[in-house]
Amino acid sequence: MKRLFWMLIALAPGPLTAQKFISETSRVTFFSKATIEDIAAVNEKSIALFDAGSGDIAFSVPVKEFTFEKSLMREHFNEKYMETEKYPKATFQGKVTGYSLSATGPQPARAAGKLTVHGVTRDVEVAGTLEVKGDRLLLAAKFMVTLEDYKVKRPQVLWKNIAEAVEVTVDFTFKPNEK
Amino acid sequence: MRNKLALCWLIAATTASGQDLLAELEKQAPSENEYVSASFKGTRLVNGQTIETKGKGELEFIFAHRFGPLSSGAYELYGLDQAYVRLGLEYGITDRLGVGLGRNSEDKTMDAYLRYKLLRQQSGQGMPVSVTAFGIAGYKFSPRDEDAGYDIQSTDRLSYVGQLLIARKFSPALTLQLMPSFVHKNAVDPAIEKNNSAALGFGGRLKVTRSVALTTEYYYRFDVPSGNPYHNPVGFGIDIETGGHVFQLVMTNSRGLTERAFLTETNGDFFAGDISFGFNVTRTFQLSKQK
Repeated sequence: MKRLFWMLIALAPGPLTAQKFISETSRVTFFSKATIEDIAAVNEKSIALFDAGSGDIAFSVPVKEFTFEKSLMREHFNEKYMETEKYPKATFQGKVTGYSLSATGPQPARAAGKLTVHGVTRDVEVAGTLEVKGDRLLLAAKFMVTLEDYKVKRPQVLWKNIAEAVEVTVDFTFKPNEK
Repeated sequence: MRNKLALCWLIAATTASGQDLLAELEKQAPSENEYVSASFKGTRLVNGQTIETKGKGELEFIFAHRFGPLSSGAYELYGLDQAYVRLGLEYGITDRLGVGLGRNSEDKTMDAYLRYKLLRQQSGQGMPVSVTAFGIAGYKFSPRDEDAGYDIQSTDRLSYVGQLLIARKFSPALTLQLMPSFVHKNAVDPAIEKNNSAALGFGGRLKVTRSVALTTEYYYRFDVPSGNPYHNPVGFGIDIETGGHVFQLVMTNSRGLTERAFLTETNGDFFAGDISFGFNVTRTFQLSKQK
């Protein structure tokens, strides 16, 4: 019985003894700067899993949930450029490295893995930050996505409304995954 | 007890291996049914309406033209010398409720309408169709009181049309639509028309590229009196989308651009070459920001 007590103590979750995390809040944005108009969109419906022990991370963004200033932008984004009915999700699966779970404050980290957008998967490596805050983990990154790399077609003539590369920011708050 | 704990620990350790995080994530994702969007490029199919509504705060300016029939020959430059015009505005009060106003030079008709999207098609096992209710009132300024030949009342100039627009987007490229329609005219010539009449429309669009689609539309009129000189309206079109504009180039046997006119007073016999070229051009402005 005494032995069992000590085992329970050893297994009991303290601050950051948890290894697996699930996203609590998420915010994925993109920004396209072009001659005629700037286009910004926000998506707060993404989900992510993070294994703090191994650094494995995966996130999934429902493309349809990006909201825009103009509803026509949203329609064109889904219908003409992202072909959302065919490719409903953008995903990332990879590994985060270069962080320490005992450090405080935001610390630089790197993520490398496979980014899938518009049905095209590419190896990417992005720089970001990781912060341990109580039993929560904050992960943030900012990177450029070149539309051509993912076979997203830009309009050829008539309007120069869309940038060649868009700036994507990813912000996740993780909580321990109790399951 | 100890064995059980060890087993738990083992399970936890193996599932944490991380290789299938993405697969695990997909299981976490709520598999909710999503609303289908962009069943059509615009609110007009050829002459008539689609289930589409404008987004909240969007104002659409519609400029439509119907030339004379090709059968009018070289003297009329195959119809291009004559044209009826409709200028219209439509505004999205909410994403589902729209209101519109227009003026058609054919019979000098003013029109005002409301549309409301009752049902929204969902992907997967959800709602299979989108349904929009459409109601329009038209007021004919033509003829002038003194030219009418009888004591015309202003109520005689009014007509009403109610439609249920039922559409299903079968694939990103193909959408089909059914349009049961009911027309009430306050004043008719009883020799050729009834005050109340019904029609059933069929239509669809097929996207050929991401910016170009082919459209068609046909209305069958029920129980038409034998002396009625009019025809069932039919039309074919090409939708071309460029940014905030949609250009619709159409061929139709109808020259009227309001529901009363094309549903019950289509003059052209399509198979006798009474086919008119026309276009609808729309421009959408976002007046208020989303959210």
